[in-house]
Order: sequence, then C-alpha cells, then structure tokens
Amino acid sequence: MSEITPENVRHLASLARILVTEEEVEKLAKELDVIVESVAQVKSAVSEDTVATSHPIPMANVYREDEVKPSLSQSQALSNAPDQADGKFKVNAILDEE
Amino acid sequence: MNELYRKPASELAQMLRNGEVSSVELTKLFLDRSEKLNPLTNSYLVINRESALEQAANADQMIAAGNTPSALTGVPIAVKDNLTTTDAITTAGSKILENYLPQYDSTVVSKLRAAGMPILGKTNLDEFAMGSSTEFSAFGPSKNPWDLERIPGGSGGGSSSAVSGFLAPIAVGSDTGGSIRFPAAVTGSVGAKPTYGAVSRYGLIALASSLDQVGPVTNDVNDAALLQDIIAGHDPMDSTSLPESLGQMAEFAKNNDVKGLRVGVIKQLASDGFHPGVKARFDESIQLLTDAGAQIVEVDCPSFEYAVSAYYLILPAEASSNLARFDSVRFGKRVLPEGNPTIERVMAATREAGFGPEVKRRIILGTYALSSGYYDAYYGSAQKVRTLIQQDFEKAFAAADVLISPTAPTTAFKFGEKLDDPLAMYLNDIATIPANLAGIPGISVPNGLAENDLPSGLQILAPAMKDGLMYSAAAGIEKLHTDKWGKRMIDFAPELGVN
Amino acid sequence: MAKAELMDFDKAIEKFEVVIGLEVHVELNTKTKMFCGCANVFGNEPNTNVCPVCLGLPGALPVVNGKAVESSIAIGLALNCSIAKDGRFARKNYFYPDLSKNFQTSQYDEPIAYEGELDVPVASGKVFTVGIERAHMEEDAGKLTHVGGAGRIQGAEYSLVDFNRAGVPLVEIVTKPIFGAEAEAPELASAYVRQIREIVRAMDVSDARMERGNVRCDANVSLRPRGQEKLGTRTETKNVNSLRSVENAVRYEIQRQAAILESGGTITQETRHWHEDKKYTSAGRPKSDADDYRYFPEPDLVPVQPTDDEIEKIRALLPENPASRRARLQSDWGMSDNEFRDIVNSDLLDEVDATVSLGASPQASKKWWTGEIARIANVEGKEFTELAVTPSDVAELEKMIESGKLNDRLAREALAGVIAGEGSVSEVMNSRGLEVVSDDGALTAAVDKALAEQPDVLEKIKAGKEQAAGAIIGAVMKEMRGQADAARVRELILERAKA
Repeated sequence: MSEITPENVRHLASLARILVTEEEVEKLAKELDVIVESVAQVKSAVSEDTVATSHPIPMANVYREDEVKPSLSQSQALSNAPDQADGKFKVNAILDEE
Repeated sequence: MNELYRKPASELAQMLRNGEVSSVELTKLFLDRSEKLNPLTNSYLVINRESALEQAANADQMIAAGNTPSALTGVPIAVKDNLTTTDAITTAGSKILENYLPQYDSTVVSKLRAAGMPILGKTNLDEFAMGSSTEFSAFGPSKNPWDLERIPGGSGGGSSSAVSGFLAPIAVGSDTGGSIRFPAAVTGSVGAKPTYGAVSRYGLIALASSLDQVGPVTNDVNDAALLQDIIAGHDPMDSTSLPESLGQMAEFAKNNDVKGLRVGVIKQLASDGFHPGVKARFDESIQLLTDAGAQIVEVDCPSFEYAVSAYYLILPAEASSNLARFDSVRFGKRVLPEGNPTIERVMAATREAGFGPEVKRRIILGTYALSSGYYDAYYGSAQKVRTLIQQDFEKAFAAADVLISPTAPTTAFKFGEKLDDPLAMYLNDIATIPANLAGIPGISVPNGLAENDLPSGLQILAPAMKDGLMYSAAAGIEKLHTDKWGKRMIDFAPELGVN
Repeated sequence: MAKAELMDFDKAIEKFEVVIGLEVHVELNTKTKMFCGCANVFGNEPNTNVCPVCLGLPGALPVVNGKAVESSIAIGLALNCSIAKDGRFARKNYFYPDLSKNFQTSQYDEPIAYEGELDVPVASGKVFTVGIERAHMEEDAGKLTHVGGAGRIQGAEYSLVDFNRAGVPLVEIVTKPIFGAEAEAPELASAYVRQIREIVRAMDVSDARMERGNVRCDANVSLRPRGQEKLGTRTETKNVNSLRSVENAVRYEIQRQAAILESGGTITQETRHWHEDKKYTSAGRPKSDADDYRYFPEPDLVPVQPTDDEIEKIRALLPENPASRRARLQSDWGMSDNEFRDIVNSDLLDEVDATVSLGASPQASKKWWTGEIARIANVEGKEFTELAVTPSDVAELEKMIESGKLNDRLAREALAGVIAGEGSVSEVMNSRGLEVVSDDGALTAAVDKALAEQPDVLEKIKAGKEQAAGAIIGAVMKEMRGQADAARVRELILERAKA
C-alpha cells in the first residue's frame, strides 16, 4: 500500500510551487514512496516522552540592540530584480483574471 | 616532489613572510594551474583571475609593511560556491542562480579577505549542497584527480578535487551530512566540520539550517587547524553562532602524541556495509594507535541505526523551507510561461526549470514531512531521534576522549553508479551524518589506499566544543601515517595533466 | 457586486446568539525591524529600508530585536497574561510575493504571552471581561500595489512590491471566543480595539494609528440559534481600518449571516473583506492549501527565555492601566459620567489629558476637542489625528481667551487657521489680524457711532430697557469685525447711553 500516491505528489508540488509533468509525478511518487518507507522507521525509534532537539547546541536569548544599521540603497536592493518599476519589484498579477 | 604548489599552506605562508615568494607569484601559479587543469577536473565554476591578483597585490603590500593579519596571509584559497562573494557570481551549483551576483560577502569570505588570502575562484558543488558526488551540480560533475572517471565526493567535490589536485593549496567548504568529510576521504585529503556554531553561517546559502557548518578543506591537518582559526569566531549576524572562541586549533594540533588517548570505536560504524579494503585499512590504523599507546575501547551507539532516516527527514524539511525564497521575485532566474500567467504560475515554472531532480525530490519530501497530519510521525520523530543520538554520544564520550570510524563505506565510485538509486547514494553519509545531527565536530584524515587503489578516510569525532581535541588526535594519526608511509598520502596521487 | 440581504439587527439578536473573536495586530514602534537593523519608519522611498535579511537574500540570517521582545512582554503583562519562560519562534510557510522568504517567522505553539484577560467597558456602563488566548511575536510582510484593475487585486495587470515594511515587528493578540455580548457585540468589538490602542500608546510601544496600519483588526463572527450547543461557522473580516469600521463590520456580518441562516442557508467559512465606503463585506479568496502552513521551530533562532527578574522589571515600568487612569481623570476633572464618556467615545482622552496638563481647564479642553475639532474632522472626512492641531495649540488658544486677547468667535477662526497649516496660534493671530480690541478709545467711538445710528434703541436704553443694548452690541461687533469683547462693549454702551 503506497504511502505516497501521485495525487499526493501533485498536491505537494503545488504547495511547494514546483510545476511537475505527469511523467515526473509518476516517477517522484515511486521514488519518494521508497524513501518514505525507509525513513518511516524513525517513528518506532522514539516514544511520546522523548524530547525533540531543534538546536544541536543549547543556547538561548540571543538578541541585538535596537539600533539602526545602514540599509542597502534602492539600486542595490533592485540590482538582481528580474523586473522592476518605480523603485519596486514587478511581478505578474496575483489572481487569474476572472 | 618539491614543486611549490604541493607545499602545505603553512609552509607557503612562511615563505611569504620570509620574502622567498610573493603572493602575486603564488596566486599566479595557482591561477595558471587552475586554468590549465580545470577542464580536466571541473573543480571551479569560476576562476576569478583579475580580482585574485588584485587581492594578492594587496597582500604583498601588507606583508612588505610587516603586517600579517593572519597565519596564512598571502596564501590563495578556493571557496565553495554556496558562500556569497560580491566579486563573483554565486550559483550554489544551481541554474536558478546562474547569474546571481550577491550584494554582500558572507562573513567567512569577509574574514578571508581581512586575513589577506586571495580568493582564486568558486568551486563546484552538488546543487544547493544536496548530494554526495557532485553529479547533481547543474554545471556538470567535478572529477577525482586520482581517477578522472570517478566522483570526488560531494557535495563539496569542487573544493576537494581542487585541493587534492593542487589547483588550490587550501579551500573552504560546507558540511551538512558529510559534504566536506566524504570528499576528503575519497580524494585522500583532509576535511573538517567544526562544532555547530563555531563558524558563522551568515552568507552560507542555507541547506539545512540546524545541520550546516562551514569548514576547511586541505591536504594537512595543521592547515585545517590554521584555517579554522581564521574563519571561526562569534558573529552577531548569526544567532546560532557560538558566543565564545573554542581556542586556537593550531596550538592544539601541535600536540600530536596519542599516548594515553582513549579512542572509541563505534560499533555501528565498523561493520557490514563497509567495503573490506576500507575496513582493513581502518583496522590497521587501530593497530597503529594501539602500538603508539592509545587505549582502544568499543562504544555502542544503537540510535545510529536511525541516523540516516532522521537526517533524510530533517534536511528535506528545513531545505524545503529555506529554498522557498527562490521564486523569481527579487533575484535569480525568472521563467515566463506563454500567455498571461499569474505570479503563482511564474514561480512554479521558474522553480521547475531552475531546480534539478534531486533538489525537487528533497523539497517535495520535505514538504510532505512537515505537512499537517504527518509532522509528528516524520519531522517530529526525526527531531526526537536527534536527542537519542546526542545521548548515545554523551555515553560514548564518557568512555572515550575521541571516537573513530571509517569516514565512508566505500572508496570513490564511478560516475552514474548510484544515480538511479537515491537510497544507495544517501548511504555514503552513514558515518558522517551523526555528527551533524548532534552538532559535534568531525574530521576526515587520509587512511590509506583501499578498493581500486583509491583513498579511504578515517573519521575522528570529538565532543561538542572540543574541536581542539579533535585536531590533536587528527595530528597524531596523521603523524603515525606519514611516519609509516614516508610521505603524505596525497603525494601518492597521480600527477594531474601529465599524460 | 450585489449587496447581500440583511436581517434587521434587533431581530437577528433576538433569534441568534452572537459569538465574536478578535485578532488585533499591533505594529511596534521600535527603531529597527524585528530581525535586522533596518529602520522601522513609515513613508520612505520604496525599497530603501531593506537589507539582505529582510529581503530574504540567499545566505541571510535573522537576529532578534531585544526591544521588540521587551515590548511584547509588556503587552502581555498589560493584558494580564502569563509570560512564557521558554518559547521559540516558528516558521509559517506559504508563498506570496510580499513575503521575502516565502515563510513568515512567527510563533506557533509557544507564544510569548498567553491566558490573559481585559476588562472592556461599553457605553451602557457594562464592563465585559474579554479572555485573551495569546499574544505572540511575528514580522510584517512587504507592501503590494496592484496596477490596472482600479488598484484592487481583481483584474490587475501586474503588481509591485515594496519591502520597506517587510520585517517590521508585530504583536498579534488573539481573544478567546466572546460570548454573551448580544446587541452590544459590535460596540464591544470596537471598544476592545480602542482599549488595546490606549494600552499600547500609554506604554509607548506602538504609535497605534489605525489609519496608518499600526493597529489592525480582523473580526471573527459566528451565529448560533438560541439553545444550540454547537458553535456556528465563523467568517473572518479583514481590512477593518478604523474603530468605526470594527463596529460596522461586526454589525453587518451579524445581519448578513442571520439572513442566510434564517432562509435555511449555510455560512461559508471564509475570509471576507470590509468595504468602508459602501459599508459591506465581500467574499475574499476561498482558503485552500493556504491553510497548511507546515509550522516548525525556526532553526535559525534560539529560544526566548525571559527570567523572572526581567519580567518583573518590565512589569514595574508598566503605566497605569486604562481603567484606573480613566477613573482618576474623571475624578480630577470633576466630570459627570456622560461628559467623560463623550471624551472616551470620541477617542480623545489622550488629547484632552495633554491639553489639561498644559494648563487649560478640563471643560474648555473637552469643549475644543470634542466640539469644534471633532466637527472639523468630520466635515473634512479625516481622523482628528490627521488634523494639524495639537494639545499645545488648544492650550494656547485657551490662554488667549483667558487673557482676553481672543473671544470665542475669534478663537474658532484662529483654530481654523492652525488646522489649515498657517502656523501656530500666535502666528495665525498675527497674520490674520485676529485680536480682541481692548483699546477703549476705538470701542467708544464705535459705540457712539452705533448709538447715533439707532436713536430709537438709545431711547429704549435710556428708559431702562437694557436688553435693547443687544442690537447695539451687534452693530459694534460688526463694525469691529468681531474683534471686541462683547461684555466690555455692553458696558460701554450702557455707560455712553446713560451719559
């Protein structure tokens, strides 16, 4: 019983904003299924009580002073922009036209 | 083998200070070699001739004024292309950044510049550092100087092939699950991953934030120690940066006496799955250590069985989030599909065209591991496995000062051998992954020739913050080897370009 | 877009039980952004307060603004919350062009403050205790402008992004569901937001100007038939940019939902958009996969662990809570409940307080602010904060009146001049020549002239009908262009008439 179906893959690809062809969907579903099956064993290694580690070296309370530092200039900020207008980054419309 | 380009970086530095050679001469030497040999090894994505010579001239001025800001002033260096540089396109090995010129230098690069080390160029890597063979670089794989039909390891195959082929005397790389150590092992060179947080990640294009660390790629333990001293240190721009210095690694490396050193052999990493030759060289080194007065103990780390699985859940999860910023809006590639596409479609088409298959695989896997309903079983469980691994290391370090294992199960494999089997590729890192999960430092030193007369590596691990102990043990083992072999293992490598 | 059917409000309340929930975002007034040192200022040229961190450039890393943490703790304490002793930031992952990393660094299951409550009085005098679920820290996104399609998202040709606002610190305050407000629900919603504004302004952690987006409110409304246990489906209304809008939007949603439920329909769980001009809500984009934010702990940041000492220090610096402040001021000013409530409901408490502190009497301060100034704001369709008049202007106005230099009519003219931007009170008085004439000579001449022109009135006054003087006062004031003290004029009239 596969864990990762082509439908899963399509949904995940959409969440991750990556266009995938049907061929890729099939291939990915197979590959990921194998991988997921293999890594799923982590579930059995741990219990409810095991604490998770999100930072390998324990540290806390790292802050910076509320003092202004130099920013980039507008042209520096836009220097790699694929498209720009009026000092802003220009992007295609957000919604499909109705 | 007296050629200048084969000398350790520390010796070159001394010669520079003595006025026996200038930085411009040295840099030119390596630039010429790089330009000549790069078509063979594809170590570099870009060789920055003009800029490097300019930096070298500055270094010469500094030296002439009696001002050497570092132990390696004037020695040129190669930098892995996932560290940002304002004077060179930084691609992270990906098409999505193929024309990207950063607006800021990474902290590590700033430190190299301040140290007066001219940057020769940017070295090749698996795309976004995802891989262990450099075959996933969007710009073609790098090649192993020992055998140009074999992988030089990954993700940092560019740096390892540059250093082991003497296209650069020294290089800097990054290690998330073995990306410095595995290439070092298969190219007969030295590669170290410092304690997590010892070196700033500001300007390192992130793969897995809780695992990534920048480290030295060299042919000598002492060089690695000197380079770590230059690049390490607290950085206020990196919240995970260690607040205090770990001391001077070069000082620790001077102590290369292994007598009385308690050396733990990790049971789970000394058995099946490791090639016989690799295992045999490992056992021989254990004998060398014993003969030199080290105490060998066996340590049991049962949670390591789950290390690779945990890693291939944590890394893709964090990477899927870190790579979300590559969306065509502020920088990088933009692909415009036909018609009047929405921005969502532009993003999706750009990422489809800009990311390679391994990157896509891991992003989708990571998205899955974090998604609602699956978090606890996958990412959540993997983070718990980390705790178990840390606990196993704690127990092991109670019984031993340092731990050793073969760095990798095999020697360099041929191109294409593992491409169709992602799981097989992932297993290259079985010995190196635990250190990243726990945040402890690890180094790979050459450990003799094994299968196909190719290099194998020996990995030394030390407790978190005890990088000095790691360098000391590494220096000790290196000495035992060079005493036995009469020279460094790299000096057994075939001369590149002579055929 | 056809407006929805609405049920009469009172009928809706009779048939259904209203449950509301409020999410208020407070923009902090720290000097710098949440995770980088860019200035936190309004109104600069686009993309000039940005850096690699808030632009989400490859390799950049966040570092927490300590002042923002303090401000967040202060807000939590003011809301009677418990403060988390160990909390982490989390990544909220979704793609949008105004999100420079395509994830927002926020807090998920470990908010800095939780389980609090706030007493909110409404006009009827009733006090509601609003439960506070949590207050957490997060960062703002950039600003999108849509071009083509009348500036709205629908039908836009393309969009432009300015990241100056990206990374500005926000505190999100979420209430528990509020039951039992009945017909006062809309007013309670608005009063709650007003209270939050008062609190954060008093603590000086935010400029709290709703029209500038410093305080933003999302209003959740659901209805259930009386007697039903199960909660109804709720809608979330955004774009509620003023206190008036909060009240109107809640009221509208109650009426809209009631009409649907009454006719046998069901409520769609969705985000709605409030239109202040036409006073209705419209359906926004249906939420689909945007709901799976794949939260995980932010690996680039370390936990926030405030000590008891630090929390107590912040608590000690909290200003008086609004309820006690109001009680104190009402008592100090000797005002009735109605009089005081007028000020509070008009949102002018701070202004009146400041004016009184500068020397004006409470009644006079109230008169100017809730009277003439509020009137002008209404006429010009502006918030009074957008008018160019300050408490010190009003205090100066009152000083002029008290010293006899201005009468009420002239003072209104002077005020108009100040609001029109002509300068301070004295500057306007000078430039417009507004000052009560106190020179008796001139006045007497005018009085004599007016008496001569109205001999019949003069006769009446001589005969003892002093009220008749009114007609003369009018004439004299006209002659003096209003710049005379009416009382003195009357005195002179009587003097001269009887002379």
